[in-house]
Formats: sequence, C-alpha cells, structure tokens
Amino acid sequence: MPTLEATFAGIKCMNPFWLASAPPTNCGEQIMRAFDAGWGGAVWKTIGAPITNVSSRYSSIDWNGQRMMGFNNIELISDRPTEVNLREISEVKRRYPKHVVIASLMVESKQDVWHEMVQRAEDAGADGLELNFGCPHGMSERGMGSAVGQVPEYCQQITGWVKEKARTPVIVKLTPNISDIRIPARAAKRGGADALSAINTINSITGIDLHTLEPRPMVDGKSSHGGYCGPAVKPIALNMVQQVNSDFTDGDPLPMSGIGGIGSWQDAAEFILLGSGTVQVCTAAMHFGYRIVEDMADGLLEWMRQKGYETIDDFRGLSLPNMREWKNLNLNYRVVAEIHAEKCIGCQLCYTACWDGAHQCIHLDRADGGMKQPVIGTDPRYAHAEPNPHGKPTPAMVLCESSKVISTTPIPKLDRGGLGVNSSLTPIERIPRVDVDECVGCNLCSLVCPVPDCITMERVENELPSQTWAERVAAGAVPAGAEHAGNPNN
Amino acid sequence: MSEATSFQEQSKSLPEIAARFPDLHPAFDKQAAVPEANRCLFCFDAPCTQACPTHIDVPKFIKKIASGNLMGSAKTILDANILGASCSRACPVQVLCEGACVMHRYNKKPIEIARLQRFAMDALHESGAPLPFSPGEETGKAVALIGGGPASLACAAELRRRGIRADIYDARPLPGGLNTYGIAEYKLTLEASLREIDMLAQLGVNFHFNVMVDAAKLAELEAAYDAVFLGLGLGAIHRLGVAGEQMQGVTNALDFIAGYKGGEITSAPERVAVVGAGNTAIDAANAAVRLGAREVHMIYRRGPEQMSAFDFEYEHAKQEGVKFLWHVQSVGIQGSDAVAGLELQKLEPSADGSLAPAAGSNFVLPVDLIVLAIGQSTHTEFLTAFNDRAETVRLERGRILIDRVSGQTSNPKYFAGGDCTNGGREVVDAVADGKRAGIGIAAWLEGNNANA
Repeated sequence: MPTLEATFAGIKCMNPFWLASAPPTNCGEQIMRAFDAGWGGAVWKTIGAPITNVSSRYSSIDWNGQRMMGFNNIELISDRPTEVNLREISEVKRRYPKHVVIASLMVESKQDVWHEMVQRAEDAGADGLELNFGCPHGMSERGMGSAVGQVPEYCQQITGWVKEKARTPVIVKLTPNISDIRIPARAAKRGGADALSAINTINSITGIDLHTLEPRPMVDGKSSHGGYCGPAVKPIALNMVQQVNSDFTDGDPLPMSGIGGIGSWQDAAEFILLGSGTVQVCTAAMHFGYRIVEDMADGLLEWMRQKGYETIDDFRGLSLPNMREWKNLNLNYRVVAEIHAEKCIGCQLCYTACWDGAHQCIHLDRADGGMKQPVIGTDPRYAHAEPNPHGKPTPAMVLCESSKVISTTPIPKLDRGGLGVNSSLTPIERIPRVDVDECVGCNLCSLVCPVPDCITMERVENELPSQTWAERVAAGAVPAGAEHAGNPNN
Repeated sequence: MSEATSFQEQSKSLPEIAARFPDLHPAFDKQAAVPEANRCLFCFDAPCTQACPTHIDVPKFIKKIASGNLMGSAKTILDANILGASCSRACPVQVLCEGACVMHRYNKKPIEIARLQRFAMDALHESGAPLPFSPGEETGKAVALIGGGPASLACAAELRRRGIRADIYDARPLPGGLNTYGIAEYKLTLEASLREIDMLAQLGVNFHFNVMVDAAKLAELEAAYDAVFLGLGLGAIHRLGVAGEQMQGVTNALDFIAGYKGGEITSAPERVAVVGAGNTAIDAANAAVRLGAREVHMIYRRGPEQMSAFDFEYEHAKQEGVKFLWHVQSVGIQGSDAVAGLELQKLEPSADGSLAPAAGSNFVLPVDLIVLAIGQSTHTEFLTAFNDRAETVRLERGRILIDRVSGQTSNPKYFAGGDCTNGGREVVDAVADGKRAGIGIAAWLEGNNANA
C-alpha cells in the first residue's frame, strides 16, 4: 500500500498537503480544524508587525458559470499581535505534534529584527520558517514582501540573516512578479536557504464594475492591484516551479514546496512530477473548505497505487526530463488529427476553429466523398501554401448555403425525418473531415472538441530520424541567418 | 392609427382562466437562464438554426444571454423572427430547434432553447424598449395584406423595414389570427400575443379590423395597392356530416379555444367528447379538462400510432387525464334539444388494410359537449372569381400555390404564405413564409421599378 509520508527539507510530513500562508491559516483554532480534516501541514498566516486591513479585500474571475476561476486579494499579513500568533503555534504543536507548522515571517529589513523574529518563532515550536518575499501588494510598498523578492541582493542578504539564527529549515517563498524566477531562487540559495516555495500571488486587477467604473475589490470607490491565485494561475506556477527545479546553475536544486492553483490530487501530482516535495493550497480551501484534502489524499493514493509508486519520492520530478528548451524538440515528429466519426456529435467547432484559428484543413465534404485528388506537398510548414488550397467552401459560404434551406415543421406521421428530428446518429454531412496532408498537428481541433476521445492526434510515420533545431543548426542545415534568430541572451 | 392603440389593453385575460391555464413551461429566471446558456456548445452552422423555419441564429442569441447582452439577444431573435416571443412559447421545439440539438448525442439533454428565447424576449418587453428596428425610408409603395395572422405580420414587418407601406385587413376585431385566438393558453396567452403585435405596430403597420375580404373587396384592393399578400389561414373546421350537428352542445375546437381565451367560455360541462386526434384536438381536450369537465374522451378513427398529434402532445393529454377511444367513428348525435350522447361505431382493419365498420358494434357515449377537431377546410374559393382572367392565383386542393423562396403566386402581383399555402402548420412556419414573401415582394417591386 503506498504512503503519502515524506520528508521535506528534513521535516517529516504525514502527507504533502499543506495549507499555504493565507486566511485559512489565520489562527490556531482554524489550523487545528484543518489538521482534523486531514491536512499534513500549515504555513501560518505571515507573522510580523500587526497591520490594519481594508474592507473589502477579495475579488474573483468567474468563467462560463463557474465561480472563482481566478481569485485576487489585497489583504495584508496577519493583523493579530505577534505574541498571540506565537502562543497559538505552541498550542497547536502541543496538541498536534506530528503535524507540520511552518511560521511564515515578514519583518522590516533589519538584521536584528529578523534575528529576534526567527528566535521567537522557533521558540514557539515551529517546525520550519517560510520567508515571505512574495506578497505583491501593500507590504511591498513598505519595502517588504515582493520588494525583497524582486531584488536578488536583498533576497540573499535577508536569507543570510535568517540562517545566522535559524535552527529549523528555512524556506524562501518566491514572487512570480519578476522576469526570470531563477534569479531570486539562486539568490536565496546563495543566502543559505534550505528550500523554496513558489509561487506567491501574481499582480492583478481582476475586473472593473461596468456600472460604477470602479475596479474590484472596491474600497470606498477605489482599488489597488492585488495578488492573483486560484485555478487560473496553475500553468504559470507549474512553469516557474519547473524552471527553478531544472536549474542546475549553482548545483542541485533546493527542495520545492509547490504553490499555485492546486485544488485536486491531479494538480498535486503535476507539481510533484515537476519536482515539488510538498504542495500548498489556499484558494480551493477558501472556496470549498478544509474538507477538500480528503479527496486530494485519497485520489493521489489511488493514482500511486495504479502507477505502482510506493512513496512521493518515487515519482517526484519524473516529468522534469520531459521538459526541454524548444530547440531540443524533434522537428521530424508529426501527428495529424483524426476525427472518430462514431463519436462526433456534429457541432463543427473543430471546423470553425481550424478555419479561423489554425490551418484551414478541416472540411465539410464527407458526404461528397471528401477530396477526390489529394494534393501532396503543400504542407505549410515547408512551403507557403495558398490560402484554401483546395478550393473548399469557406465558413461564410457554408453559412450562406444553410441560410437558403427552407425548413418546415414536420407533421407527425407524414414527414419522416426532418431537420429537427434528433437522431442518435450524427448525419454524415455534419461530420467534418481532416485533410491529413494539410494538417500540421497543432491540436486545436482536439482541444475544442467537446467529446472525449472524438478527435485524437495520431502519429504519422514519416521514417525520418529525430532531428532538433539545435541539431540542424549544428549540421548547418538551416537557412543563413536563421541560426541566430532568437533571444540574444541565450 | 396603430400608434394610438394598444391591442394588449383591449383584451385582458380573465383571472380564472389565467389560474386554470398556468404556463406549461414556466419562464426562466436569470439564475437558471445563464447556466443553461453557458451549456450551449456554440455549434458552427448550428443544426438548431437550420431546423428553425425562420433560421433564428440560436447560438448567437444564447451566447448573448450568457454575456448579459439581453437587448442584443432579443434583437438577434427578432431579426429572424418578428414573433420571437410567441414562437418561444408556441413552437413544438421538440421537433424543431431542440430536437436538432447536438446535445441529444452528447449527454441526452438538449439546450432549453425555447425557454432561453422567451427569457430574452421577456427581458426586452419588460425593459419597455421599442422594437430594435426602424422603418425603412418610405418608397411610396404599398401592399395590402389579407388576414392578420403570423404570416401577414411577418410579411408586414419585412415590408416596413424596407420602407413599403403595409396595410393589414382582418375579419376579427384584434390582430394575430390563430396566434391570438387559437393557441392553448398554457402555451401562449392572448395577452402575450397582443403584446408582441403592439411592438410590431411601432414599425408603422396599419391595421383594418372587422373587414371581410371577398372577391369584390379583393379587386378593390388589387387596384389600390402595388401588391397583395394573402395570409388567409384556413377556413372552418370540417363537419361530421351526421344528423344533429346543429344542436346545442356541438362546437368546434377553434371556437372552443377562442371562446375560453377570450373569456366567453369559462367552464366546460361534465362530459366532453373531442372528435379528432391532431394537435388542435388535444389542445381542446386539455382545455375541457382544465375548464372543469370530469370526463373527456378523444374519439379517433385509427390508433395512437397514426394520430397526427405530436408524441409529446399525446403524452401531455394523458397526463391531463384525457381518455382515448381508438378505432371508432362518429355516426350520430343523440339528444332532443341539447346533446346527450355521441353514437359511435367500431372500426376494424379489413383485408386490404383499410378500416371497415364492424357490424353491430354501435354504442353511445354519454356526453354534454361535442368538440369537433377533424381538420379545417380552406377558404380560398373567392380567389377563383379571378379564374376568368389571364393571371390566376392557382390553387391545389384549395391551397394557394407559391414559389417557396419568394412566396409569389401564379399571379405575380399576389404573394401568399402560412396555412393557406401549406394546409396548416405551425406559427413559425407562417412567420417564415411571411418573411420570405416580404423580402420577395420588396425584390419584385424593386425589379418592377428597375424595368419601368
């Protein structure tokens, strides 16, 4: 039976699921309830000199009827006295000795102030420290949070101060609001950090009330940029986690606690596959409560069982080697779309997507027997093909023909069939056809298709050996000048 | 004339009728409409749009509901179908847009297009905004439209948008034809029909009520107008052809439905027989139940597999408690001064597949009211008064023959659409006919100008 137990930067964890430093970890009472629900650890809401918050504080982006695809906050660090937070840390650790409590810290950028805070947090019983170098709003205006994380020298220096004092592992939480997250990650490592966590929230304006013209969240008619998180940021977070975890510039990467849009066991597995040792969750717990951890653990264990992984370490980082720079991808690999007619429901979203958003190689001529004479050799990757090379009707022409059709209400028993009579079989004229010669294998049709496995991308055996751009450049097989095209920094 | 008149104000539903005929498909509220709109896949060249006789761009109006652009949604609907509100309630969508929805093959739950359409149209009406179209620049041309039903209304709208005068002549005191008087109240209230026509009047359509157009009047109109549109609908319901049909207690489905909708009929007697098994027959039978009849029978010569009502209408009637007598025909009406019974005879399939009366099978169904719903005749006879002329409006089995695309008849000055051309279909078919004819008339008038 697989186990979720793991060790992260020397900290023993009963499972990799931690609550991130945020409103769900505001006080001891909350955190103890979270532990009861199954969370393995909690990063305490950032402790520092108490602040005053505004009202309101949150805003979100809904998508297609679903709430909170993206979430934004302008709340600051803990507004409770430091001694209260520390007293509750002691209480929680006394009652839940096996659960992980990490103290998130943020104080003014002075060595003695950091030293004192580190000492007090560890004396309270914290299992580790997380340095909040990422908060992008409010605190950064006061020279803290992301104002530190955005300047590698500050990041290194303060990490160094903390390490002078710390007896427990020090985790540096990185801000994504920079151009290359590897730079502050390296700085933290030079400062002596034991681990990293990423990402903090992303600078954002979630929206504007179109009646009042006031951006959200609204504070007395005004707003301020906030920190964006939730499902929408997961791809950004995965990329940044991978960038840091694949960076061997200063030796092996540090342990990583992955953060950003995690709400399910699949999300967690993805962050672990890109090298994270634990994952931190906030928005999903704010949306649905602590109870979400039950399926995160249950689902991850079941997946591990199916895959034959005994521990988190068995699969941690396994996807990292599959991420490469573009120049190291095989240019001779080719897939084309295949529409499985028996699954097609006839929505023709693939058709309109291919014509307007891709390469005009899906046609509505299946009922006419498709293209009589395939034209070989106009693959637009290699030559400038004429638009609509085979003279197929454009979407506008298709719609024009449809508008001329005279439809009538079928009279029962008299009119068999009829356009409005549904059938479990999609009429063949509504099932699009892929011109496989022209298809560049972009995936778009398979992404827009609402039916699972209806459009699959099938490998085309072209008997060409694997060749990457880098290999082509090395072989001198690219047009003159092309080998230098790209980022001059690389 | 039309601006000063609100048709809706002229005929209010009685509260007891409203209470007995609540919405069969209640309106969506916003909480329900937006998630339903978001379910729509936004098909390309959508089958729902193709199946709609008026080709409403369904995905387009649904996405506008999802985006909160309700005025744009209503405009999208009205642009294709000027009676979009009525059709959202009256259409047999199971065999039209919703029947064509690809979701039948996805998760078996078609998008509730009709209720979404009603949601958008209700939002427009409740906003108090005018029709989102303006009359075209006046061309000086004028068209007479005979009959004030959906075909003529749709035709008139197209004409007005092209700057052509549209004068509607109707025999009744209020417009809308069967849309106003003939649709079950739980689908489309009389008021809702009139409200929609009130908006249409904003385009400057002229209405002339209580005008019975006969051959002489038609000749007069033909001389006075540049073109004539025939939106006559159908004529009277067929008679049974048995003795006693003039007796009190014998009526027809159209009079019965118009009667309760207009408030002249507020109750039904204990026992009612409806003869016929089409959609109108079911509307009448359901109405009898809701008006208080304790026992309602539908009488049909053949079996349920041959009935011309839609399947969902049959199911609805069963739910209302209507009973069915299959394979029987009416042979007599009993009673002295009022109906007391309907004499029926059983039919059996004979060797050649036709139905033959079974000897000695006669029986009497005790009833207080007989409602006939065995199809309508045409009333196009007066058009044959032109038969001595070169350019005849040609008929086939009483139906006016038209070019399906332009609505033009064999006499180029005459166009036609709706039930008088198709033998009786749905409101939406009449609207589609009228729309095509309106465009056809405008094109023909323009062509005439060009030739002149």
